[in-house]
Amino acid sequence: MTPLLSARAVRKTYGRGVALVRAVDEVDLDVATGETVAIMGPSGCGKSTLLHLLGGLDRPDSGQITLAGKQVSRLGERGLARMRRSAVGFVFQAFHLMDELTAVENVELPALLAGRPPRAARRRALELLDRTGLADRARFLPSALSGGQRQRVAVARALANEPLIVLADEPTGNLDSAATLDVLRLFDGLHDAGQTLVIVTHDSRIAATADRLITMRDGAFVDETRLTGGTAGSLGKLAGLES
Amino acid sequence: MQQEVILAMLAKEPTHGYELRARLRLALGPVGEELNAGQVYVTLTRLEKAGLVASETTPGVSERPDRKVYGLTPEGQQRVAAWLTEVSWPKPDLTEFHLKLTAAFAARLADPIAIIDAQRRELLRRLRDAQRAALTEPDVSDAALLLEGIVLRLQADLRWLEACERTWTTRRNTR
Repeated sequence: MTPLLSARAVRKTYGRGVALVRAVDEVDLDVATGETVAIMGPSGCGKSTLLHLLGGLDRPDSGQITLAGKQVSRLGERGLARMRRSAVGFVFQAFHLMDELTAVENVELPALLAGRPPRAARRRALELLDRTGLADRARFLPSALSGGQRQRVAVARALANEPLIVLADEPTGNLDSAATLDVLRLFDGLHDAGQTLVIVTHDSRIAATADRLITMRDGAFVDETRLTGGTAGSLGKLAGLES
Repeated sequence: MQQEVILAMLAKEPTHGYELRARLRLALGPVGEELNAGQVYVTLTRLEKAGLVASETTPGVSERPDRKVYGLTPEGQQRVAAWLTEVSWPKPDLTEFHLKLTAAFAARLADPIAIIDAQRRELLRRLRDAQRAALTEPDVSDAALLLEGIVLRLQADLRWLEACERTWTTRRNTR
């Protein structure tokens, strides 16, 4: 099966000469439809840069990125903007919500920008807020919401245009442990609903929701592992219950 | 399972073996799934021999077999009281892994970073399993609290592995 998203020999550098930083160094990646992939690594390893390249927020110096059969690198500025709007959903660490818009207005915004009829956009936005457990917060401004709620609004917004793929950059980075749990539940639900997800993080909890985990260091992938398929021990053993 | 646990679970009131198992299942949730019934009865028998538990057989009604009700003896009650005030906490077994890294590096037998990576993969798989179980457990259940403990411990181990990785990367690069 052809992967939904693939990257080949993708490279991005900053600076030059002795100050040259290889933020992303010849990375290959395939993501299948419905798969959740987590990319972990210390800060500065290049994982956020990679995510930006995958989502068309930035262009690689060299290499190819293909999303649903389309070569992202061949798209012009307008084509790239259209792809970001319709095919990709972004979730950021700092939520990036519009402070002057209510939750439901934030969520419907991408659909309106994509030219959807306002009533359809509103209906979809309310559905998504319901799905993220925020139906009763639809008319609240972000300032009246907790961090966890804001991130759930941001996830709902990322889903507004039914994206092929959701890219999340450190989605639990600003959250306390209870709010992290809400976001974990939400991502788990998206995964079960067949949404394709790429998460870059250094939070092991959200990384552990993935099917596949990639470790990144100094711009390159150094380790990859499948988390599905069970462990050597049982839950009982983990808890110190001898049997 | 520790004998004292079974003893303590009888402290509320004397009870049948199957009721005891039900209490354990409730407290453990998915963690207790592989707890086998035989184990509980074997422990009860041992406790009875040790004089910590006494049993009484209630005659069966019609087709039902006789059932044993287990209760604490005064010695059993004393043991439970002592156990509750004991401070015991399982030792985190980090020394072995720590020495594995040290020895591998010193003898140039293996790359400590590769050993750390392998360990991390295993811990993340465990974290995934524990977390999936935790997410499906209702918030108020006793088992959810136990699962949270497992998840937090695994997170702590993973953070320690990060520290190991930083240190050993530096050592390897400056060798």
